[in-house]
Amino acid sequence: MAEIVLELKELHTHFFTESGEIPAVNGVSIKVHKGEVVGIVGESGSGKSVTSLSVMKLIPSPPGKIVSGEMNFKGENLVNASEKRMKKLRGNEISMIFQEPMTSLNPLFTIGNQLIEAIRLHQKITKKEARKKAVDMLQLVGIPRADEVAGEYPHQLSGGMRQRVMIAMAMSCDPELLIADEPTTALDVTIQAQILDLMRNLNKEEDTAILLITHDLGVVAEICDRVVVMYAGQIVEEGTTREILKDPEHPYTQGLIKSLPNMHEREQQLYSIPGVVPKPKMNSVGCHFAPRCEFAFERCFQENPGLYALGNQRQSRCFLHEDTEGKVKKHAKADIGS
Amino acid sequence: MVSYIIRRLLMMVPVLIGMTLITFSIVHLIPGNPAQVILGETANQTAIANLEESMGLNEPYLTQYGIYVKDLLQGDLGTSLRSNAEISTEIWPYIAATFELTIFAMLFAIFIGVNAGIISAWKQNSWFDFLAMLFALIGVSIPVFWLALMEQWIFAQELGWFPAYGRQDNRDPIAPITYLYVLDSFIHLDFSRAGTILKHLILPSIALGTIPMAIIARMTRSSMLEVMKSDYIRTVRAKGSGQFLVIYKHALKNALIPVLTVIGLQTGVLLGGAILTETIFSWPGIGRYVFEAISYRDYPVIQSGILVVAFIFVIINLVVDILYKIIDPRINY
Ligand SMILES: Nc1ncnc2c1ncn2[C@@H]1O[C@H](COP(=O)(O)OP(=O)(O)OP(=O)(O)O)[C@@H](O)[C@H]1O
Ligand code: SF4
Ligand SMILES: [Mg+2]
Repeated sequence: MAEIVLELKELHTHFFTESGEIPAVNGVSIKVHKGEVVGIVGESGSGKSVTSLSVMKLIPSPPGKIVSGEMNFKGENLVNASEKRMKKLRGNEISMIFQEPMTSLNPLFTIGNQLIEAIRLHQKITKKEARKKAVDMLQLVGIPRADEVAGEYPHQLSGGMRQRVMIAMAMSCDPELLIADEPTTALDVTIQAQILDLMRNLNKEEDTAILLITHDLGVVAEICDRVVVMYAGQIVEEGTTREILKDPEHPYTQGLIKSLPNMHEREQQLYSIPGVVPKPKMNSVGCHFAPRCEFAFERCFQENPGLYALGNQRQSRCFLHEDTEGKVKKHAKADIGS
Repeated sequence: MVSYIIRRLLMMVPVLIGMTLITFSIVHLIPGNPAQVILGETANQTAIANLEESMGLNEPYLTQYGIYVKDLLQGDLGTSLRSNAEISTEIWPYIAATFELTIFAMLFAIFIGVNAGIISAWKQNSWFDFLAMLFALIGVSIPVFWLALMEQWIFAQELGWFPAYGRQDNRDPIAPITYLYVLDSFIHLDFSRAGTILKHLILPSIALGTIPMAIIARMTRSSMLEVMKSDYIRTVRAKGSGQFLVIYKHALKNALIPVLTVIGLQTGVLLGGAILTETIFSWPGIGRYVFEAISYRDYPVIQSGILVVAFIFVIINLVVDILYKIIDPRINY
């Protein structure tokens, strides 16, 4: 397999608030290889954004802090990296695009100005060359009249166009890793498809690794190679996109897939998992998903399940993977049913 | 941009008409006969009749107002009852004095206020932030006259660093050109005089600038803190830029928009009436001019003073609006 670009090991990012310590990211381990698109899925509040901001070391601090774990970027542990080092990496080797294209660009500066700034922060080139590069980048992400748009302000562009600008900005220094935090959530469906296409092309052409955060399994099916499912700050399942979509192991993933609209076109009512993601708590007892899990049994409320390895980069956090002799087994749900 | 300014100017017209209506009514809102009030209880009937005649008080109101506006449009503010001089020529040195003081007070207030606000926001909850906001709190609540007297006592009387009164050394007065003395001394290429005049400006500027400074500092801080939370600031960080670029380019420009409003308002307030400060520092400004006119019941001067101050207020508003437009490309009305 290709070299590992990013490897998170037992990452803990906690928030220290007045109401106590919140383990928003609670021991997360993820590997992203070169040229790979890895998705992180999960409902709102599961810790996806905090995970991605941790990698950039852009967690609002205080109250947030990376408490323990490793974040190895091409072998360098970023947990210990200085702010100076991070400035060199951000926007250059690791880029990020955000969910809110409407507010992610500074309203008081032109598109060109903001792109040129991103380029010149990392490349020793003249303003003129940077401007040319900026226009090239805008063209590359499919913005018509790129030269004019460079002179326009964000409010003159649509949401989809702004997100393209964000992608142009993120790709302008040819990063090794692109982190996209719900890049299409705020956009309508056709624009969404275009933006995903664009990201996939960049991934194929430049061999950029992408960590794509979303709560939309449709987006995952569209673009991801591998998927990590997060719940309340922890990984609950990991596998290839095919495995996760066709053969989900964890009850939570199964619930997510059941609630996908296109698989239930004929049904009147859309399925949704009852309840909401609980706020992560320190020293909570039992499986985090237990209160909402239709298979929960006694043990689930007394112990925290660990991750059960089910094969190559395939794992699931559920007691149902343990058979009566304590051995690991697949297809938890099927067995319960029989 | 030009059409924006023209639209703004047109919008000023009703405001200006309203202003003239108010200043015009001042004379007529006094209970009783204005001429009688102006001349006092003991005045004889002929004097009253003469004054009524010369002020046109016998005409119908509408005619009087028409004449008043017509005169104003020709730059005629009337004649001072006290000095018999044309107000339009007499008033300028006072305006210039206030103008010069306001400029320096506001420069002081903006420079310190904005920077203190930025650093406070940058180092939120640090000792600097704590001290700066404590000073700002004291600054807004301190009585200006007390501050002025303390300054005079410490820096003029005890230490002798700065003069306590006036705009210049009266034994050696400047030959005025614009009546903005700092400018005039530079026009004369008389730099040692410029130094003396600047020294005269320092204490009153600080006295006058303290409240605006404190308000600006608090406004800048809260505005910066708000802006620093926004998504586009996160984007700038994600690009790999340093704190300095984040703060002084991206955050400051956005944070300045509400601060600008405060600066405009405070400038207007200072221009309008720093009577206390002007009195304590014997500063011959517009506040003093009008104040003295009140004690002489010099109504034409009172009217003109108020009108001029209101007019300056409107102009400042216009300038602020134009600055908004320059800073913020989204403004389009
Ligand atoms: N600034 C903060 N202060 C305190 N707690 C925070 C802060 N930011 C995030 N959290 C906590 O971290 C948890 C995870 O938040 P996160 O934003 O990562 O969720 P998410 O999976 O990205 O959800 P969404 O789909 O809504 O974006 C939240 O439950 C919240 O309690
Ligand atoms: S451990 Fe228990 S509660 Fe948790 S997912 Fe598995 S069955 Fe459900
Ligand atoms: Mg999020």
